[in-house]
Amino acid sequence: MIALENVAYSYGGGELLSDISLRLAPGSFHFLTGPSGAGKSTFLKLCYGELLPTAGRITLFDREVRGLSRDDIALTRRRIGVVHQDCQFLDHLPLAANVALPLTVAGKPSGAQDLTDLLTWVGLGNLADARPPQLSGGERQRAALARAIIMGPDVILADEPTGNLDWEMSLRLLTLLVELNRMGKTVLIATHDLNLIRQAKSQIAARVLRITKRKIQLAGADL
Amino acid sequence: MNPLSLIRPDRQADRVVPPSGHTAWLTSFTAGAMAFLAVFAMALSLAAGRLADRWSDALERTATVRLSAPEDQMDLQTKAVLEILSKTPGIASARAMTDDEQRALLEPWFGPDLPVDALPLPRLIEVTEADSGYDSEGLRQRLAAEAPGAVLDDHTRWRRPLAVAASRLRLLGLLSIGLIGTATAAMITLAANAALAANAQVIRVLRLVGARDSYIARAFVRRFTLRALGGAAVGTALGMLGVALLPSTDTAGGFLTGLGFQGFGWIYPLILPLLAAGVAFLATRASAFRKLQELT
Ligand SMILES: Nc1ncnc2c1ncn2[C@@H]1O[C@H](COP(=O)(O)OP(=O)(O)O)[C@@H](O)[C@H]1O
Ligand SMILES: [Mg+2]
Repeated sequence: MIALENVAYSYGGGELLSDISLRLAPGSFHFLTGPSGAGKSTFLKLCYGELLPTAGRITLFDREVRGLSRDDIALTRRRIGVVHQDCQFLDHLPLAANVALPLTVAGKPSGAQDLTDLLTWVGLGNLADARPPQLSGGERQRAALARAIIMGPDVILADEPTGNLDWEMSLRLLTLLVELNRMGKTVLIATHDLNLIRQAKSQIAARVLRITKRKIQLAGADL
Repeated sequence: MNPLSLIRPDRQADRVVPPSGHTAWLTSFTAGAMAFLAVFAMALSLAAGRLADRWSDALERTATVRLSAPEDQMDLQTKAVLEILSKTPGIASARAMTDDEQRALLEPWFGPDLPVDALPLPRLIEVTEADSGYDSEGLRQRLAAEAPGAVLDDHTRWRRPLAVAASRLRLLGLLSIGLIGTATAAMITLAANAALAANAQVIRVLRLVGARDSYIARAFVRRFTLRALGGAAVGTALGMLGVALLPSTDTAGGFLTGLGFQGFGWIYPLILPLLAAGVAFLATRASAFRKLQELT
């Protein structure tokens, strides 16, 4: 699904990530952890083609990223649902339009009922007309998740999805992601919240990847 | 991107880019002002063209050599003049007028019974100029030397510089339209760049959720094209009104009063809004794709 072979990335200075090889198997559930600034967000950006590796190969759905045209990259992103760390909404559009944005730009109709169902599922049924700046952190994160899955993607990448949520809200969001994984989606969550990881491991067979010294390693059983 | 797809309203696609404030106004105004100016440049160009045509036509390519000589020398000198003329480069043909022709020329003044033979009238020789034109000063000197009674009369020549000036003026008018078009493209490019920069975050988000470049570009291109079309339509209408309201005193017959559109000429300015829309389409499209290249 997503495969990296000897991938390195550098923003221009020294290498932030080097020699990373990894495969996200279909239906797997991964956490990516590591201290702030370790490169978690950078890694996710490599996984949906916002950044291109400075060395090595990244394959998305069996196609080398470097060989993709700009249109191909757009089409690939429709198959990968991303919950961005800073959510990335269009503040001039109501929440419902923001959540339906991937459908809009793909020229697909957004069934009003499906959209309402999705918003209800993430607990935002009554906020369809609110503008993103009016929402709380937790509401924004759940809206971002709704937008990430509206195209029915095979893969869901979430960057600190519980970053500014209280514990209860974090658990709700985690439950949504676990549910999605049970529906067959491949899930990768970047987080530094170890409690969240422990909680998840009690519910599902999740693997934990840790970025240390520019490499990604499988974390031990203590997590 | 199909230009026709710009006309079909796509409210969803339009809404993804927030409505812009001053760039919208700037684009419409620029297109309007430029179209207004272009109408006058076009009127100038068409009027100058008409003038150039009229003057060139009037510029008969003929001159006359008037030969006065004692009767016994007349035939001899006529021959000499024809000889010189036949050897002058740039003269297509030369022909001595017959008595009948000369009588016909003089009839309006002296009546039909003029005894041409009995009068010491000069002989008229009709000279037709070739396209290349001839050196009139040189010809004049040669005639003076070899046929002292011959005078070259090429009075229509004075119109030539006017005809040249008129066609230059037409060219300048067309050049002005070209410059106006280029300036419009430059200003719309600036406005489009400003709009693209102001919406950098929107463009980023659209790209992240899987929008193709053409989709994002269209949202901007559509706006700017329609604004340019609307602004130029108003500017053209006002310009045409201005031209229509110019006094048309044909009696004065001057260049200024002839500065209008005639007949089908009124159709020409109608292409200006389409031209402005085309310019806006291309300029915005180029800006948008250039901007998008900065993002993956
Ligand atoms: N666009 C960028 N240009 C240069 N450096 C960057 C950029 N984005 C992130 N970085 C740097 O790369 C490092 C890793 O960033 P990031 O991937 O966001 O880490 P994390 O998500 O693990 O906190 C940080 O030191 C950050 O300052
Ligand atoms: Mg991060």
